[in-house]
Amino acid sequence: MNTNYLKNILSLIFLISLFACQTQVNSTEQYICPMKCEDHKTYDHPGTCPVCKMDLVKVSSLEAPILDEDGISEESIFNLQSEWKTQDNESIHLTDLKGKVLVVVMIYTSCEAACPRLVADMRNIYSKVDDPNVDYVLVSIDPEKDTPEKLKTYAQEEHLEGDQWILLQGKLDDVREFSNVLSMKYKKISPIDFSHTNIISVFDKQGVLQHQQEGLGVSNDKLVQKVKALSEE
Amino acid sequence: MSRLKYIFACFGLLAFSLTGYSQTPTGMQPIKGGTLIPLYGLDSGKVWVDDFLLDIYPVTNEQYLDFVKKYPEWKRANAKSIFADGNYLSEWQSDLQLGTHMNPKSPISNVSWFAAKAYCACQEKRLPSVDEWELAARASETKANAENDSSFNTRIIESYETPNTYSKTVGSTYKNFWGIYDMHGLVWEWTSDFNSVLISGESRQDGEADRNLFCAGAAISASNLRDYAAFMRYAFRGSIKANYNIKNLGFRCAKSK
Repeated sequence: MNTNYLKNILSLIFLISLFACQTQVNSTEQYICPMKCEDHKTYDHPGTCPVCKMDLVKVSSLEAPILDEDGISEESIFNLQSEWKTQDNESIHLTDLKGKVLVVVMIYTSCEAACPRLVADMRNIYSKVDDPNVDYVLVSIDPEKDTPEKLKTYAQEEHLEGDQWILLQGKLDDVREFSNVLSMKYKKISPIDFSHTNIISVFDKQGVLQHQQEGLGVSNDKLVQKVKALSEE
Repeated sequence: MSRLKYIFACFGLLAFSLTGYSQTPTGMQPIKGGTLIPLYGLDSGKVWVDDFLLDIYPVTNEQYLDFVKKYPEWKRANAKSIFADGNYLSEWQSDLQLGTHMNPKSPISNVSWFAAKAYCACQEKRLPSVDEWELAARASETKANAENDSSFNTRIIESYETPNTYSKTVGSTYKNFWGIYDMHGLVWEWTSDFNSVLISGESRQDGEADRNLFCAGAAISASNLRDYAAFMRYAFRGSIKANYNIKNLGFRCAKSK
């Protein structure tokens, strides 16, 4: 009877010590200069920055982006609830693309003027970046015509092959919503043609817009650099 | 699947609204479809607009407050920045209180396109398209199409020049041929495809570079430059982004027939 009691107490203490240990690990907070005078150098204890003499702050207070319960930033495209079909006729949500840097362009497959140049630019970026942790997403602005089958054929014709190329068909409303997130404009001007702005957008692994390249025939060097940097983060 | 969720959410709202107090939703009037020559349009110059229903009044402050009470995700504190910038409901005293100076019956403004879209979706409505809005707005008191009525056009221009019209009560301007109030004279209104206006790719940039942003040149040629009021509306649409919240920009909802 008595030993049982002792056993219980012992196991309780053991359990408590387990949790105590856990909290201790979590509480090792790092400190950093709020002005980042020494780049990303961190300290184990509070103090002042040796360069600008400002009080060091907790790293978590500085870098924690505003996240909701799912850990998605307020500015993330993963907040969009829309459902899309890929060229392989799989249904996906944008959150399924989480964890990779995304290079995104909106096009339509029967486009003969600007889109082939945009797609060529995407291919060029793909080969310059040369990184499996980056996905290349083409969203159709003509979802009524650009079915998954059509997107599949288009991907083959344009040599957009491999897992990193994702072509998406969405509902008219959802495409409009997506274009608004990119501040991209388009209008159907005839049964087969659209006028549209030519923008390639880069999203970080959390789905936050980080860079946009506007126009045709502009150098993609800056964009490529940005993608590489984001992929390493 | 996501649509199903939406329907359930709206159903939930319906059940809730039956138990709690609620504003009566805005009544609608049918608008007869027809051809329209948009300021910036199709290659052929004309578009066909189907028959549709349109809210008689713009959505009011108190109606929007009601919506926010039922949909806490659209409270000022909760609205995500990707969907609404910092000016969202900026004149309100708090998350669930209008500003002291605000008229509950004046049109809601300082709301983003995403917010307006969500509001309409939960009434089982949608935002009108640019073409639909323009079709309804070209009606004067007596004519379905008053595009060539110079006194009507002059009145519209004058209303654009009047300041602070957003604080007037809805229904305080004219009732048009279709039985719709306040199409001109209170606030500008969001449309579902406002970003189909390609006057410039990005209004902060100017000059030659902009031409590179366009796939087709059709966007450049306006069809009726005499229509100065329309030109202002299209220019305004071309200059805004979906997460903007502007003091004189509100909305009303539409529905397909």
